Amino acid sequence: MSVQDRTSGAAGRAPVAGLPAPRFEGVRKTPAPPEGELIDEPRFPVAAKRELELPVQRGNLHHAMTTIRTKRARVTAELGHWEELRLAGEAIKNRTLRHLDSYLLQLEENLTAAGAVVHWARDAAEANRIVVDLVREALADEDVTYDGTGEAGAEVVKVKSMVTQEIGLNEALEEAGIAAWETDLAEIIVQLGHDRPSHFLVPAIHRNRAEVREIFLDEMGNYGKPAPPDLDSEPRNLAGAARLHLREKFLRAKVGVSGANFAVAESGTLVIVESEGNGRMCLTLPQTLITVTGIEKVLPTFDDLEVFLQLLPRSSTAERMNPYTSLWTGPRAGDGPEKMHVVLLDNGRTRVLSDPQGRSALRCIRCSACLNVCPVYEKVGGHAYGSVYPGPIGSILTPQLRGTSSAVDKSLPFASSLCGACFDVCPVRIPIPDLLVYMRHQVVAAKKAEAKNTRRPFLTHGEPAAMTAAAWMMSDAKRWIAATKGAGIGGKLLGRADHLGPLPWPASLWTNARDVPVPPKESFRSWWQREREGNQR
Amino acid sequence: MTTVDEVRRAPAGTRVALFATCANDVMFPQTPKAVVTLLERLGCEVVFPAGQTCCGQAFTNTGYFDEAVPVVRNYVRTFRDYDYIVGPSGSCVGSVRHQHEMLGRHAGDPGLAREAAAVAARTYDISEFVVDVLGMTDVGAYFPHKVTYHPTCHSMRVAQVGDKPMRLLQAVRGITVLPLVDDDRCCGFGGTFAMKNPDISTAMAGDKARHVADTGAEYLVAGDNLCLLNISGVLNRQSAGVKPIHLAEILASREGERT
Repeated sequence: MSVQDRTSGAAGRAPVAGLPAPRFEGVRKTPAPPEGELIDEPRFPVAAKRELELPVQRGNLHHAMTTIRTKRARVTAELGHWEELRLAGEAIKNRTLRHLDSYLLQLEENLTAAGAVVHWARDAAEANRIVVDLVREALADEDVTYDGTGEAGAEVVKVKSMVTQEIGLNEALEEAGIAAWETDLAEIIVQLGHDRPSHFLVPAIHRNRAEVREIFLDEMGNYGKPAPPDLDSEPRNLAGAARLHLREKFLRAKVGVSGANFAVAESGTLVIVESEGNGRMCLTLPQTLITVTGIEKVLPTFDDLEVFLQLLPRSSTAERMNPYTSLWTGPRAGDGPEKMHVVLLDNGRTRVLSDPQGRSALRCIRCSACLNVCPVYEKVGGHAYGSVYPGPIGSILTPQLRGTSSAVDKSLPFASSLCGACFDVCPVRIPIPDLLVYMRHQVVAAKKAEAKNTRRPFLTHGEPAAMTAAAWMMSDAKRWIAATKGAGIGGKLLGRADHLGPLPWPASLWTNARDVPVPPKESFRSWWQREREGNQR
Repeated sequence: MTTVDEVRRAPAGTRVALFATCANDVMFPQTPKAVVTLLERLGCEVVFPAGQTCCGQAFTNTGYFDEAVPVVRNYVRTFRDYDYIVGPSGSCVGSVRHQHEMLGRHAGDPGLAREAAAVAARTYDISEFVVDVLGMTDVGAYFPHKVTYHPTCHSMRVAQVGDKPMRLLQAVRGITVLPLVDDDRCCGFGGTFAMKNPDISTAMAGDKARHVADTGAEYLVAGDNLCLLNISGVLNRQSAGVKPIHLAEILASREGERT
């Protein structure tokens, strides 16, 4: 296959969210992700309808979410002090956020003392620019070629990282002629599949093993060691193919890129928690290691890890202990990377921090327990959310970080039935349902402000008009009584029918799937007045 | 058969303000009527403060905080003089207790916030009032049917009524309570969620209805009529033969009286 052909590698396979089309007309080094930006996704109900119609994804999500939910419940219930751990996690994060400025400076000081170089990034563009420059610098030292033909070239190997997805680092590197290779098994499936992740922890949860086999057979050979031609869809063999494909990249790469689960201020220690050992490879084999981390990941002391290394695995993978936990404190001669860089990223976080009602969302440790337990997420998966952060926490964090100007961001806080299951499982006790309601208020407030700048007054829109009228009616019983007097008439007219079937819009939103009972002939209030107060109507 | 005299009565003269809730008032009058029947049988004096309308949750949870504030004021004004305010809805009671004080603060009115918190602390779901205040689980009810119980998200997680409804149900004469698979999963109602995200809501309601139908129960019981409206809307469309019923209506049923 020629280099040009790489841009259309997904042809012949059913597309998932968005269209797997090339972003660049020119030669790419890595598989092209779906076209367009996440923020341009349609608003949540529209995207959700599209996702609801994917049978493989529905089946996978139901099975996986049920399994992991059940397992999490078991491994948290077996600890007598789980609720105390949650309270401790909440308290530590709250203290950290309250004094974030001093902890960050302490972190910088101790990272620097340990031999790492600290960079501060205001936003995604700045972070990407810093990383691109650092990679170029590192590669210049190594006298490597830039031809991208599989020899040691302009490339980095990556530890699975949410924050680098948030800033779109892979595409920024691609644009700079640098290939960013994902090394987490599920992230490889996503990357080779010209796809997007749909979950924090299991980003390829929407794919089944037959699809994974096809992706590996079709794509691996375009970007390195091909999959064995007789590859079957046994998970063990799929993992084996990925292992062989990755091994040459691990051994060749001069630069590793990671996020961080935690950054310890008092010692300058960075922590990565992973399950496959690919992270350990990326953190130890390359000569240069670049770590990008959100500023909210800082923990004051090493001892604080005691709490979080219990909370995170049990909440996330439902494991009692995490398989590969890597901690490093600056470079060591002859042992692992010789150069270490840390990019501390804001990208909206200080704005969230400045909001006393919203800041508790910054406690999030990206465990995904709230996704796994969410009945809405289980139906639609991550692609419906138009963000790298899906599910309940993403429905808050995304509009907090990006603002509420786009259609998708306005719709996200409403992507919940407010059932509250997410709060019950959150290891740092983020009051997710309250924050969803709070963000809904922010959206309504933003719409009111926007309406002021347009010719169309806020109250001429359907929902605000209905809400305002209903609130006026319900703030006074006399108005409420007057408004509901007619309700019984329907019941009287409809005689003996007790349910109604499909009705026209907007009632159709309800009656397309559900019957609705005929209103009773008499309200409770009228009955009470007639029976108990002797008022004849 | 247990007579009223055999069950424990509330302290003489316990006066209860019935918070019917707007949806029950207009759409499900049989439920507040059952609350009246039950509480009077248990020795309470029930009053219906005529100024009441609604808890305001539909506004609050849709993001219309400013619009919810006058509704909260009305609630506080209506119920401030009562020691016990009892409603047949974990969701409405939960909203009163969990959101009214916040809305007072949102309005920049610390007095309202304080008073809302005080009134909220005296607001109970019917199951809590019977078990915690009256100290009863056996209310002398008779309901010779197979039922299954959906705990409802807001009863469980906002009002936090715990196992009280189930204890009350299990003490009912003649009843068979069948276990419901995934009972703690949301039915997909979620107030305006059902209208804003109708496709997901329908998918969730479908799961719940299937689990309910699989129990073989004759009645689906819950402490919130709007969750019942959602689930039974699907069940009725499917002619599944399972009737919705509010917990209070079962507790008000007695032997020899038609249910």
